[in-house]
Amino acid sequence: MGKKYIDVKKIKRRILLEKITKVLVVLFVAVIPSIPIWLMYLGLIAQAFSSKVTVGIIPSGFTLKNWRFLWSTIQMGLKKYPNIWPITMNSLYLALGTALLVTFVAGLAGYALSRMEFRGRTKMMEFILALHAFPSIVLLIALFVLLNKLGLYGKGFITLTGVMITKAALEAPMGAWIMKGFFDSIPWDIEWAALVDGCNRLTAWRKVILPLVLPGFAAVAVFAFLAGWAEFIMAFTFIREDRWWPLSVMIYHVIGEYKFIDWGFLAALSLFYALPTIIFFIFSQKFLLRIYVGGVKG
Amino acid sequence: MVSVKLNKVSKYFGKVKAVDEVTLYIKDGEFVTLLGPSGCGKTTTLLMIAGIYKPTRGRIYFDDIDVTDIPPKDRNVGMVFQSYALYPHMTVYNNIAFPLKLKKLPKNEIDRKVREVARLLKIDHLLDRKPSQLSGGQQQRVALARALVKEPDVLLLDEPLSNLDALLRVYMRAELKRLQKTLGITAIYVTHDQIEALSMSDRIVVMNEGRIQQIGTPDEIYSKPANTFVASFIGTPPMNLIPCRVTSGKALECPGFKYVFEDEIAEKILKEHNEIYLGIRPEDVLITSKEDSDTEAVILVVEPIGKDLVVTLQLGDEQTIKFLTPSSTKMNPGDKVYLKFRRDRIHLFDKETGRRMEYIIKVGEKE
Ligand SMILES: Nc1ncnc2c1ncn2[C@@H]1O[C@H](COP(=O)(O)OP(=O)(O)O)[C@@H](O)[C@H]1O
Ligand SMILES: [Mg+2]
Repeated sequence: MGKKYIDVKKIKRRILLEKITKVLVVLFVAVIPSIPIWLMYLGLIAQAFSSKVTVGIIPSGFTLKNWRFLWSTIQMGLKKYPNIWPITMNSLYLALGTALLVTFVAGLAGYALSRMEFRGRTKMMEFILALHAFPSIVLLIALFVLLNKLGLYGKGFITLTGVMITKAALEAPMGAWIMKGFFDSIPWDIEWAALVDGCNRLTAWRKVILPLVLPGFAAVAVFAFLAGWAEFIMAFTFIREDRWWPLSVMIYHVIGEYKFIDWGFLAALSLFYALPTIIFFIFSQKFLLRIYVGGVKG
Repeated sequence: MVSVKLNKVSKYFGKVKAVDEVTLYIKDGEFVTLLGPSGCGKTTTLLMIAGIYKPTRGRIYFDDIDVTDIPPKDRNVGMVFQSYALYPHMTVYNNIAFPLKLKKLPKNEIDRKVREVARLLKIDHLLDRKPSQLSGGQQQRVALARALVKEPDVLLLDEPLSNLDALLRVYMRAELKRLQKTLGITAIYVTHDQIEALSMSDRIVVMNEGRIQQIGTPDEIYSKPANTFVASFIGTPPMNLIPCRVTSGKALECPGFKYVFEDEIAEKILKEHNEIYLGIRPEDVLITSKEDSDTEAVILVVEPIGKDLVVTLQLGDEQTIKFLTPSSTKMNPGDKVYLKFRRDRIHLFDKETGRRMEYIIKVGEKE
């Protein structure tokens, strides 16, 4: 009996060691590298809300002065910039429109790619992936020529809409892929059960399939929105009048005013621009995690 | 309730003939089982009856109405899928209520019917749960409740018990059968489990590679298999098929022994064949004395299965056969035994076509 004695202490020590190693690994891989990033954000916030900042991040004196662009015109030297709110509306229009278009197209395309047998389906899927690999900057010149020929270059609202449609077209393929994955995870049986239970194709879609892929739609919509919100290069190239700029282009121009650097103001403006991203990620994380667990099994 | 008729129904997926010229008549209120190995086209047949798949060729009738082009929702069938296919985003209550809501029944009537069928299936305490919070057996009952709640004319069941544990499966066999008889519903049941089929069905349809092999009562299927496929698919263990050559008029040359028939009928039947299978079920092989025996064999493996032993024997040089004997029998691997085949239980099949030869039926009917 004595020989089969298990050294509990030794095992406990080993488990403890493993735990410590784990913590150390996480610390070195995830925490330490992200410190500079967090410092930058902290600095940004500090800059935006204080009258004076030392060493980049230590604030002193709370002020909202840097946020004055929210209620007054931005003026730098002699140059006046358009009011922030119409510009924000432009960005919102661009982002929401992109989200709407992408969600719509990706939903239909994803369903077709997942559920329907048609000739060249695999080829098409490969093509879609390849399409997504092209950065939009590659298309810039071609698009420029095209818009010019069509007389759409620098046409204010129409051009902004054009940028939105182009952005949506670039984002839609990946959205379709994501949606395909979500549709793939719904077994045929569930769709068939709905048909036997008395649905037609449309009601089966609305009452059974849609609720199950809603998290997918949310993900695609959020990503498309953020892509639209972040869109810069096309808007910068094609939109001439400053009142049709989205926020990204305006920030670029304001930063470009090197003679009148106002760090506090720039920080506030950047924070303002980052707001939807922050909000959306907080909101969508919760939503995405609510994917039905265990119910649908492939 | 309706009768169901399939007239030369085929379904091709590209080049794959999933179902091939199936003709079948199911009486009103009958419990018919489609039995066959995995991939033989059972599910496809069921889905065509439900209206999910459209047959490539052939027509389907409910009573005298041609339903081939009618969509599933207008056929009034209930179906239990192998995966149960419960709606994961709905509670059990809403799963069961779903078909009724689509029929736009008044709320209180829906409620009454859902609770009634839930009580019938003993799931009334689970109504507020989500499917993911249920055990396999419970999910299966919910799927059944959802299929029954709309009082379908035909109930389609696709291997509903295959995901349950053995004990529950035996219990649910009886339960399902009882339910079907009480409700008087026409039921088409799909399974690959021959014991399920034999124990539950009014009639069995044995399928293989998309084709019907035999249609008959469990007794007919068991005692008069139409071909070697049915013979070797039914029974635990299945029928022994011993390849033999017809030598003279009524003598067979089999691995390790000669078998001689005494009657004239055998002679007449055997005359037209060269190579045949002699079929004998394990329970129809008897141990006997040397003088009375048909052949001798060497014991290879002995497997106890409770009340009986399954004994594998070596016959001649290569052939093995199995036989059943009560577990009290002394059986040692390596020993030699003398065997006799019950004469009235011998089946003969043509080797080339696999088809049953008429011999057994004649002898069987004389008794
Ligand atoms: N949607 C489909 N596309 C292509 N082949 C299919 C499809 N459904 C079934 N099959 C083929 O048809 C045959 C019969 O399938 P199935 O009816 O599911 O068999 P069972 O239910 O008897 O196991 C199989 O060979 C299967 O691979
Ligand atoms: Mg199947």
